[in-house]
Amino acid sequence: MPNGIAVDKQGRLKERAAMSDTTLLLTITVVVFFILYLAAILFLGGSFTKPQNFLNILNNNASLIVLSCGMSIVMITGGIDISVGGVTCLVCMTCAVNLERQGGNMLTVILIGLGIGLAFGVIQGFLVAHLGIQPFIVSLAGMFFAKGMTTIVSKEPVRVTNEGFLAVKDMRINVPGLGAPNKLGVYIPAYVEVGVVIALLVVILLFCLLRWTGLGRAFYAVGGNNQSANMLGINVRRTKFLAHVLCSVLAGLGGILYFLHVGSGDVANGAGDEMNAIASSIIGGTLLTGGVGNVIGTFFGVLSLNTIKRIVSSLGFDEAWWSNITVAGMLCLFLVVQSIVLLRKDKK
Amino acid sequence: MTTPVKNPETQVKRPDEPLFKRLTRHQMFIPVAALVLLVLFNLIADASFFAVSVKENSLGNPVLSGNIISVLDNASELVILAIGMTLVTASSGGQDISVGATMAIAGSVILRMVCGGQVTADTMQMNLILAVLIGIAVTALFGAFNGALVAYFKIQPMVATLIMFTAGRSIAAWINNNQLPIINDIAFKYAGTFLPGIPVPTPIFITAAVILIFWLVLKRTNLGLYTQSVGINANSSRLNGLDPKMIKLLTYVILGVCVAVAGFIRVSRSGSINYSRIAENIEMDAILAVALGGNALSGGRFNIYGSILGAYVIQFLTTTLYKYDVPSTALPAYKAVVVILLVVLSAPVVREKLASLKKAPAKTAKEVS
Amino acid sequence: MQEGAVLEMRGICKYFPGVRALQDVDFTLREGEIHALMGENGAGKSTLIKVLTGVHPKDGGEVRIKGVEGAAVIRSPQDAQNAGISTVYQEITLCPNLTVAENMYIGRTKGAVTNWRAMNSGAGKILKSLGIPASPKQQLGSCSIAVQQMVAIARAVDMECKVLILDEPTSSLDEQEVIKLFGLMRDLRAKGVGIIFVTHFLEQVYEVCDRITVLRDGQLVGEYVIEDLPRVQLVSKMLGKELDDMADIKGESGGAPVSMEGAPVLEAQGLCSSAGIKPFDFSIRKGEVNGFTGLLGSGRSECVRAIFGADHVTAGTVKVDGKEVKIHKPIDAMKCGIGYLPEDRKGDGIVGDLSVRENIILALQVMKGFFRPFSRAQAEAFADEYIKLLEIKTASADTPIKSLSGGNQQKCILARWLLTDPKYLILDEPTRGIDIGTKIEIQKLVLKLAAEGKSVTFISSEIDEMLRTCSRLIVMRDRKAVGELNGEDLTQSKIMATIAGGDEA
Repeated sequence: MPNGIAVDKQGRLKERAAMSDTTLLLTITVVVFFILYLAAILFLGGSFTKPQNFLNILNNNASLIVLSCGMSIVMITGGIDISVGGVTCLVCMTCAVNLERQGGNMLTVILIGLGIGLAFGVIQGFLVAHLGIQPFIVSLAGMFFAKGMTTIVSKEPVRVTNEGFLAVKDMRINVPGLGAPNKLGVYIPAYVEVGVVIALLVVILLFCLLRWTGLGRAFYAVGGNNQSANMLGINVRRTKFLAHVLCSVLAGLGGILYFLHVGSGDVANGAGDEMNAIASSIIGGTLLTGGVGNVIGTFFGVLSLNTIKRIVSSLGFDEAWWSNITVAGMLCLFLVVQSIVLLRKDKK
Repeated sequence: MTTPVKNPETQVKRPDEPLFKRLTRHQMFIPVAALVLLVLFNLIADASFFAVSVKENSLGNPVLSGNIISVLDNASELVILAIGMTLVTASSGGQDISVGATMAIAGSVILRMVCGGQVTADTMQMNLILAVLIGIAVTALFGAFNGALVAYFKIQPMVATLIMFTAGRSIAAWINNNQLPIINDIAFKYAGTFLPGIPVPTPIFITAAVILIFWLVLKRTNLGLYTQSVGINANSSRLNGLDPKMIKLLTYVILGVCVAVAGFIRVSRSGSINYSRIAENIEMDAILAVALGGNALSGGRFNIYGSILGAYVIQFLTTTLYKYDVPSTALPAYKAVVVILLVVLSAPVVREKLASLKKAPAKTAKEVS
Repeated sequence: MQEGAVLEMRGICKYFPGVRALQDVDFTLREGEIHALMGENGAGKSTLIKVLTGVHPKDGGEVRIKGVEGAAVIRSPQDAQNAGISTVYQEITLCPNLTVAENMYIGRTKGAVTNWRAMNSGAGKILKSLGIPASPKQQLGSCSIAVQQMVAIARAVDMECKVLILDEPTSSLDEQEVIKLFGLMRDLRAKGVGIIFVTHFLEQVYEVCDRITVLRDGQLVGEYVIEDLPRVQLVSKMLGKELDDMADIKGESGGAPVSMEGAPVLEAQGLCSSAGIKPFDFSIRKGEVNGFTGLLGSGRSECVRAIFGADHVTAGTVKVDGKEVKIHKPIDAMKCGIGYLPEDRKGDGIVGDLSVRENIILALQVMKGFFRPFSRAQAEAFADEYIKLLEIKTASADTPIKSLSGGNQQKCILARWLLTDPKYLILDEPTRGIDIGTKIEIQKLVLKLAAEGKSVTFISSEIDEMLRTCSRLIVMRDRKAVGELNGEDLTQSKIMATIAGGDEA
């Protein structure tokens, strides 16, 4: 009798040893991105065939990539941080004021950006991890605080004229082999901004962190089941705390990159970026329930989100509202697909 | 039937629990304490805060005016939303972050109906009640959309409603072709300002009516028991004959109705709409009201009156801050500090610490004996 | 410390709001022994273990561990691990989203970098040596519950521990797996590890344990060498009174006699559900107690779930009192007068944060309808009646049900269904994970209900319980009904033979 059962069990086992949720969702995201972009090239042509068009998606969204990665990490631990947009805004404004009115330089900008991020991270992380307050409420207050503080720092937009800063801002890193001649036949090299290099470095570093370090695996364990993680000997509080610190520091860095891209402080900077970051993470296969996700997926999430925006606008739907409606539509589609995939997997 | 086990001593109530501690553990403690603090602060700082006077409004009617009236008046939309939000929170363990955006949709629909598709109208082109009912139907539909994503596709509420949060204001603009309709008919503004001959702002009555309706519904139906049961354990609820999906969907539809009522009040205050600014950040305030009312944002047990009180406390705070010339753009920073203080004080960990600090001497004495 | 002891707990106290969970409890574990920790639910076994492993801070007393000077300070599960105490809890405390190998190593590997290859090969070796049918790279959530439990045990065993705590590890294992586990425990004992073993199965205690410590109501009753404590005495020590009730119920063995005439209360033909069982026929008569038996995972729960409409029914017809009815959802079954106590008390039974009262009236309330709530007074009357009738131990009817002990929670669910006055009651493992006293009460209740003319389907992993209560057994194997036994065939050996399926295999 036991034989029959054991064989049966093993038989079933082999069927089930399929992909993990993380890998499955990541695959979907990457495939969808490539299909989207390929479709755009085939059916729309025009600017989509030019490599620079693709690189511009990176140039415009270096900040969002960093923010989204931070968001993914918090989401993997089962939390959420909606203060990242506010922190971005506050960092931009403070840096702008520092450069223009207090004679700051690149170094002070970096220190300010990371410092503000760290401060938010430590306070929010403490409240979430050690006092057990819901992350949504904590980061909601964080967002309010950051936005309010921005207007206290300066209500008016501040344009930066500091030369050292502008030199870094306008620095272009040419990508060999991707340039194209313009109408006059002059070869225009394809380029990325400094921010893109930093953002890509961040993605790679975070990928390694999540995959190969004890801390990274602890993020997943805590998100999977925090009571179990505690019983397994993981310091749940410290892990949650560090996730929030990391996310906010990345938000600070994202603020610096945003600032580098736009070159001014404005209360409207980074508006809605918390939602863009959450949307990118979700499209990239991170589950808000925690325990599942990947920064590579998130990276492709940002790309997909912005590719679809471009497709919509090049289809002639220029009005501002179409962009939002498409993003929402895409989010909806992804959520439903993910939900169906996961539900079906559960049933098996 | 006899039982071999008899040990009534396992569950002993601690006899000497002080009144203070029982009080602080009560769900309504935080919102009430916050309200008391705000009232005391205003009494000490400037008692004229509470003065109510009779003034003439722009139409020459005598109306009540004063900070208290304005708190009650301006909190109306928030209170109505908080009620719906409480139900959604209880049943699905998550929040609807699209209420501000769907309020814009409700306002847009109602304005389009009463303006008859024109940009400006001097008289209403459609029966107001019909227009509001259409507004309710539309937002209920959007509520059902959110609810379906949550209940049938098992998407976390905040993520599911992120869709409408992103698209809502754009849809609102699209409904009116991105024009900003204005209605000048005075009758349209009755609901958002004053009814002729009545000195109390109409939104206060509407809010009271909504609260009354929910009181009746909770008393006369099983809505409360069902939503809590589903929110705590959907599996058990299903095995007891409930349909958890339908109940979740229902709460989102109810919230949709609340949103339409709130949206109607908001547009009828001015007779116009600004798609990107109307009811901005109100979803955050509504969620805050639920939390402030002592309800767990993870769902389950709820107390709707806590949320209502929470909403008034938030508006009280806003009005107080305005009174002390805090610029409206910086307001969120102050609000954030207050919110953090409140949640920190109500966090179980902090309360235990505080309690143990107080108890420490007593306890050591006991151990010795 | 005593000679040869690896762990000593002295005067341990622990209070929860309103409850004295542990009072002045002593416990000594010696090197190379398997020590059973026994007691009814609510006696404080789990609490004692959670205090020892740092999940709950203790309110008094001290813990000494061999090799540690003075009183050991254990404030968290990490501290316990570092002190050489590893634990397998009753509920699976692993992370379903991680791989099997990660679950075995996470939280105890030193160094910041994870070496996946070493981890996978190490885990593979252990899994193989223990005969656990899982791949190290597999996501844990995709394994069956029994395999997950075995992985938890593998993790604990692999740690170089001085003390191994097994808190009811066997409740989700089948017989073969239990035998494997016992072999493992004996090996570890030979290596000098002290093992604390918590279980409700008396047979298992007498099979592997050397010593028994009994707790009752949060207090120590005593420590005994196993040879000095016969079963009956152990049970009476756990219950705190001499035991006539056990004998009582044994006298009535064979269950309630039932005439085989008369129309069945419920008759199902070719019933099949989405849970993956083969179509089966089933019927039950008025006043009959029958049962489904079979190994874990043989499909017995799935059968009753299909009858109740808890899973999606894909085929078959059901007749209640001779009339054909459609049962798609639980509410359809409830309207036909069927009640169902689910197997998973925590996940499917109780509504944790609701009060005892609300939990008791829930099913009846749902049947009564959305627009017709019970008045507070009615609800209180119902709850009080059943709290008294079933002797549910609770501070009040307003207490959240989750703060009750397992047995009392189970009684509340029973009360919920008794309140609906069902014609036919399905009890799926009503006695799992609850104390002996309540087990006996529930079995007696089943017989009483049958005597009152109700029909009951009773499922239990313990065959003697089924023999005591059921007059007919349907035997399941591999998700298929393979036999039906009644009358003189109802013997332990015959059941075992049918489960094993000797003639067919």
